[in-house]
Amino acid sequence: MVYQTIVFAPLVGFLIAGLFGPLIGARACELVTTGLLAVSAALGWIVFFSIAGGHEEIAPVEVTNWLTSGKLAVGWSLRIDTLTAVMLVVVGSVSFLVHVYSIGYMAEDPGRPRFFAFLSMFTFAMLMLVTADNLVQLFFGWEGVGLASYLLIGFWYQRPSANAAAIKAFIVNRVGDFGFALGIFLIFRLTGSIGFEPIFAAAPGLVGKTIPIFGADVDALTLTCLLLFMGAMGKSAQFLLHTWLPDAMEGPTPVSALIHAATMVTAGVFMVARLSPLFDLAPTALAFVAIVGATTAFFAATVGLVQNDIKRVIAYSTCSQLGYMFVGLGVGGYSLGIFHLFTHAFFKALLFLGAGSVIQAMHHEQDMRAMGGLRKEIPFTFWMMAIGTLALTGVGVPFTSLGFAGYVSKDAIIEAAYASHGAASGYAFFCVVAAAGLTSFYSWRLMFMTFFGKRGGWAAQPGAAAHGHDQPHGHGEAHPAHESPMVMLAPLAALALGATLAGVAFRPWFIGAGFGDFWKQALFIGRDNTILEEMESVPWLVSLSPTLMMAGGFLVALYMYVVNRAAPKALADAVPGLYRFLLNKWWFDELYDFLFVRPAFRLGRLLWKGGDGFLIDGFGPDGISARVLDAARGAVRLQTGYVYHYAFAMLIGVALFATYYLFWGIR
Amino acid sequence: MQADAIFFWLFSGALIVSALVVILARNPVHSVLFLILAFVNAAGLFLLMGAEFLGMILIVVYVGAVAVLFLFVVMMLDVDFAEMKQGFVRYLPIGGLIALVVAAELVFAIGYEWTRSPAAAAAAAPSGTLSNTAALGRVLYTQYFYFFQAAGMILLTAMVGAIVLTLRHKKGVRRQRVADQVARSPASAIELRKVPSRAGL
Amino acid sequence: MVIGLAHYLTLAAILFTIGVAGIILNHKNIIVILMSVELILLAVNINLAAFSTHAGDLTGQVFALFVLTVAAAESAIGLAILVAYYRNRGSIAVEDINALKG
Repeated sequence: MVYQTIVFAPLVGFLIAGLFGPLIGARACELVTTGLLAVSAALGWIVFFSIAGGHEEIAPVEVTNWLTSGKLAVGWSLRIDTLTAVMLVVVGSVSFLVHVYSIGYMAEDPGRPRFFAFLSMFTFAMLMLVTADNLVQLFFGWEGVGLASYLLIGFWYQRPSANAAAIKAFIVNRVGDFGFALGIFLIFRLTGSIGFEPIFAAAPGLVGKTIPIFGADVDALTLTCLLLFMGAMGKSAQFLLHTWLPDAMEGPTPVSALIHAATMVTAGVFMVARLSPLFDLAPTALAFVAIVGATTAFFAATVGLVQNDIKRVIAYSTCSQLGYMFVGLGVGGYSLGIFHLFTHAFFKALLFLGAGSVIQAMHHEQDMRAMGGLRKEIPFTFWMMAIGTLALTGVGVPFTSLGFAGYVSKDAIIEAAYASHGAASGYAFFCVVAAAGLTSFYSWRLMFMTFFGKRGGWAAQPGAAAHGHDQPHGHGEAHPAHESPMVMLAPLAALALGATLAGVAFRPWFIGAGFGDFWKQALFIGRDNTILEEMESVPWLVSLSPTLMMAGGFLVALYMYVVNRAAPKALADAVPGLYRFLLNKWWFDELYDFLFVRPAFRLGRLLWKGGDGFLIDGFGPDGISARVLDAARGAVRLQTGYVYHYAFAMLIGVALFATYYLFWGIR
Repeated sequence: MQADAIFFWLFSGALIVSALVVILARNPVHSVLFLILAFVNAAGLFLLMGAEFLGMILIVVYVGAVAVLFLFVVMMLDVDFAEMKQGFVRYLPIGGLIALVVAAELVFAIGYEWTRSPAAAAAAAPSGTLSNTAALGRVLYTQYFYFFQAAGMILLTAMVGAIVLTLRHKKGVRRQRVADQVARSPASAIELRKVPSRAGL
Repeated sequence: MVIGLAHYLTLAAILFTIGVAGIILNHKNIIVILMSVELILLAVNINLAAFSTHAGDLTGQVFALFVLTVAAAESAIGLAILVAYYRNRGSIAVEDINALKG
């Protein structure tokens, strides 16, 4: 009963706010949805601790039989194991805190019932995803969160940029989902089932099996895992399918915090971890996962270096950290990836909500070049964001496990990347270490630009003169910023607590000595997978490297944005090509536009005008009606109105009749 | 040649020539007059054949009524017929072709042996002693009585139709109103006045 | 030579053809068209009468009588129409009579 409540409480909230929103008023919607979420989150924590401490496995809780068709039997059951419990905590807590925060942030928005309804719907879909006991149920949740993301990114639908961003998110996700669907079909073909238990049981038997694809024999498990990972690439905005995440910042900030930082984008990580029995038996796929993750981590960090919109910096940071999680998964450390997911949820949501507080204080100004000196005006927000930044950059005591949350989880991944023997580990290690330095730089850059210096003192920043349309709006300068209301600050404090302590507190369970008791059977560790032990015995330089990178990044940012304010512009002018390359996100949007969007539009226009208009309409209704008109026009020419023409016609008719009867007729 | 052959060629030649003049003449009055000639010649042919009632009726009805009607109308309408001859040449080839086709087919049809079909109705054979007229009358009022009545109806309709089409009441034309005339009484028609002598009215 | 059925039929055929040609050639002249129609009917009558006398059956002549009746009626009506038309239009130029144009 508890489990059903956790999953269905948000659904009830969605239905109430969605159906009766206008009836009961916005305040009631807020309270109902937030209250139900509180119940769900609290129960989630209870489940988490009971599973962590307990010893037995909990059998899947059946809800109903969904559909049966031939060999395909899709039920609806809630799978409750450690992995689920971790995700319940993450999803429930962050969603609840975002609900509370939104009461303050969206206080003046007329669409509040709709907003809270969508937030609850998203939470329900995400919970469906994490409690899924079979692939179809997972896919249902997958699509559900995609839908919620679309609705929430485009929440302010009067803005064309928001609509475009929502569509972009949905479509890029769809590309990934295509691969995901193919993966599901392949699994069904290989194992005859889509439920997790049967699949996991059949997995060892599939090792080495090949299937013919387009004439070549391909390893079945590798192909399956690659296809499934394609879905994860789309959902988690990994390299090549990342283009939607920065644009998704068009949605309200609470949405960015909930969906595009803590929960939806982590669905891909969750999925790979959940399917660890499959992935662990396909080392090629795992290597690919690691490569993609590492590349994303590095790539997103480079782009985040030069962005001027505060939310975009944090968005690219999210993208980069997701890469870290996949690196963790890719080297076989599934618990590492999940642990980083856990801690990242706290500090990234904290950073986003803090940025929302800043934006609110700046009267909806998002360009950092218009900010500055906010440290004195909104001190609480400043300290909260400072905690978040410390967590993100990984500040802690070297050679120990003491530190902010990001220090514990991120450094673990870096060490594992070094220790791994996988094919991609060298490349992965290099990328994540480099990205650590870059992460530190852009995080502190954000802090310095926003909270230090003078207001509007960054107008001389690179790009300020060149791109006129990027100019910050002027209204932030006249009004003094004031602190946000308590309803917005309290979630920040809660998340700050998690960002500080979550790493230290939960490390033993996730990746430490209590690993086996905690995870039990939730994550599959193959016989050859000893990454967690090897991780402990890396050289001291490797353990120190993230801290070194973090310190280096901090010092460079300090120099460029506090000590010598002209340095950024000078640096940008020195390498304008590189600067523009990074500013334009490695020209990916332009590339995709050229490669896919324009041809798709052209094809669509061709099929519309040529296929539908010319062929189908032409030979169908329009064509037939035109021929009828032609025939009528031809027939009209016979109707001249002159009687002698008619008489003549009759005469010819008579002659023809006579001819007929004479030669072929009556004999 | 025998007498009837001579007359046959005479009548038929004249008939054909008249017909040609009817369609080719420039002046419509000439056309009508030659139409009359054609009818007369045709009547003669009928007489030769032995259908004398038909021949006489031809003269009476066709020449006496129809052709005269034509003449009336031609004289009455003041039309410039010269410009009506235009377009003559344009239709000549196709018209000639159709006419030749029809003629050829007719001649072709004539070449066959004609026999009376056994399924035909019983011949209304003329009795040897009766004249053609009497024989016709004998058949017309008995066997073909309904057709006779129908013909009468047709003529009635035609008469009514012609009157309806062309009758018009002109303004200012005085007409007789017979009913009023008959209904006059002395009281409205006559007034008695006492006239004093040597005074007058 | 003996004048037989064929002679009369040929004569009627020629007369018919002349009538048809008259219609085609004089399409602008209504009165001549009507006269050509009379010629056609005359040809038909000759045909009927010839067959009647050849076959010894009076039916042909009765039929010819009715044809005569109808021809008279039709020319009366036709000319009445022409007169009415002339009264309304002032001319009988047939180029203008295309009110039935579709």
